[in-house]
Formats: sequence, structure tokens, C-alpha cells
Amino acid sequence: MSEEPRKIAFICSKGNLDMVYPALVMGWAALGNGIDVTIFFTFWGLDMINKARVDHLEIPPIANTSMKMNMMGVPGYIGIPQIMGIIPGMTAFASALMKKKMKGLEVPTVREYLEMLVDAGANLYACKMSVDMFDLEKEDFVDGVKDIVTAGDFMDMTEGAQIVFI
Amino acid sequence: MATKKIAGVDVQVNEEGFLTNPAEWNKEIAVELAKEEGIELTDAHWKVIEFCRSAAAVKGAAPTLRSITNGSGVSTKDLFALFPKGPAKKVAKISGLGKPEGCV
Repeated sequence: MSEEPRKIAFICSKGNLDMVYPALVMGWAALGNGIDVTIFFTFWGLDMINKARVDHLEIPPIANTSMKMNMMGVPGYIGIPQIMGIIPGMTAFASALMKKKMKGLEVPTVREYLEMLVDAGANLYACKMSVDMFDLEKEDFVDGVKDIVTAGDFMDMTEGAQIVFI
Repeated sequence: MATKKIAGVDVQVNEEGFLTNPAEWNKEIAVELAKEEGIELTDAHWKVIEFCRSAAAVKGAAPTLRSITNGSGVSTKDLFALFPKGPAKKVAKISGLGKPEGCV
């Protein structure tokens, strides 16, 4: 075993349900394997740590060509007509469906995943520029977010780390 | 596959040092494997190991970290403190099981 532990850093820039899970899943796997984990939340990614938003993340069927009706039990890979995506309630419907699927697989919710990561030693930071832009404060974030830092700070703290942008 | 003498017993291990036959495991072997990882086993460690052994006996594979915390009542914080720097592999290895199957 080498002296210096492997380090990995994730930059989370999206708040759609399908884009918030990759860093959570990989971060958890990394911690389980003894790898240092830092996560930097920027732009829409701040929704992941925003107390008021974390339990309400959604996935829109509109402009999502991979989302097919087989998720609703329709056989084959029949697309959802884009015009249907604009019907009120479609995003809520698709989100509820995806959350139900994940619950069935015992995938933790985003809030629970963040708690697991923090308990396992992950370092969570919010991006200063985005925090200012959205008029947020540290109190708006879930417990475990260590600080609001600049891009330069992030570069300093991730020296030698593998960086994954999502 | 190789044979390794642990705690006076010849056991089959893979290239990463995991026992390939959980039936060859015993508590003395666990103590030795833990020492290799720099861990001195306490009652709290045994609670986790015993949970993993019984979970694997039912499911046929080492439990994931989340199934350990959910099933054994040991918190995530405690689990990472008991088996620092990579509990996923360490717990499974000391318990004489293969790597956990599953992502959570």
C-alpha cells in the first residue's frame, strides 16, 4: 500500500435527479475503498445540498431522449412524445416514477446519501460564486457542508486528486 | 489461486488475499487478517464481522456497507472508525468473504 492515499474530487453542477446520483454513488464507493473524497457543488448542483430543494429534485421527460415508456411498463423502447412533456404534471410524474424505481432497489435518497458520505468522511463544499448568484447562505445547506469556497480554494484543496466534472 | 498459511491453517486465497472459501474461515484467521490491516479486533469489530458472516450465509455474498449499517445497527461513522481507510474491502476480507456485490 502506498503512503499517500488516492484522492478523488467531484464537481457537481447539475440538479436534475439523474445527474445528482453519479457523484453520490461513486463517492460512496471511493470512501469504501479508502479513497479521500471531496465534493464541490456549483451552479444547479447547489440544489443537492440546499435544505429546501434536496428532497424535491426532479427529472423532466422533455428533451430527454433516453427516457422511454418502458419505465411505465410499456414493452419495447417507445419514446415519450416531446409534446407530452410540456403537459403540467409530467415532470412530477416522471420524477415520482424514478424515485419509486430507486426505492425498490434500496437506493438511498439524496439527503440520506449525503449524510452517509459526510459520516464516512467526505468533504463537501459550496461554490462561492454560485452561492452569491442564487442569494444563498451557509444556513441554507444541509449539515455536513463544511464551507463556501472559491474556485481557487477548490484547486488548492484538490492538489493531486482525480477530478470528475458532472 | 494460492494457498496461504494463516493462524496455522492452510487456506485458499485469491490474488488480493481474500479467502475464496468462506468455510475455511475461523476466528483465529480473522484476528490474523485484521492484524495485516493494522486492526486489533474488539467486541465492536466482532459485532460487524458476525453480522457479515450471517448475512453472507443467507445471501451468498458479502453485504454492502449500507446493508451492514442498516442490518447491524452500527452507524456509518462507527463503521468507518472501526475499519478505517476502506471498510468495504477490509470488513469482507477479515470476515473471510469475497468483495461485496452491490454499489451501496
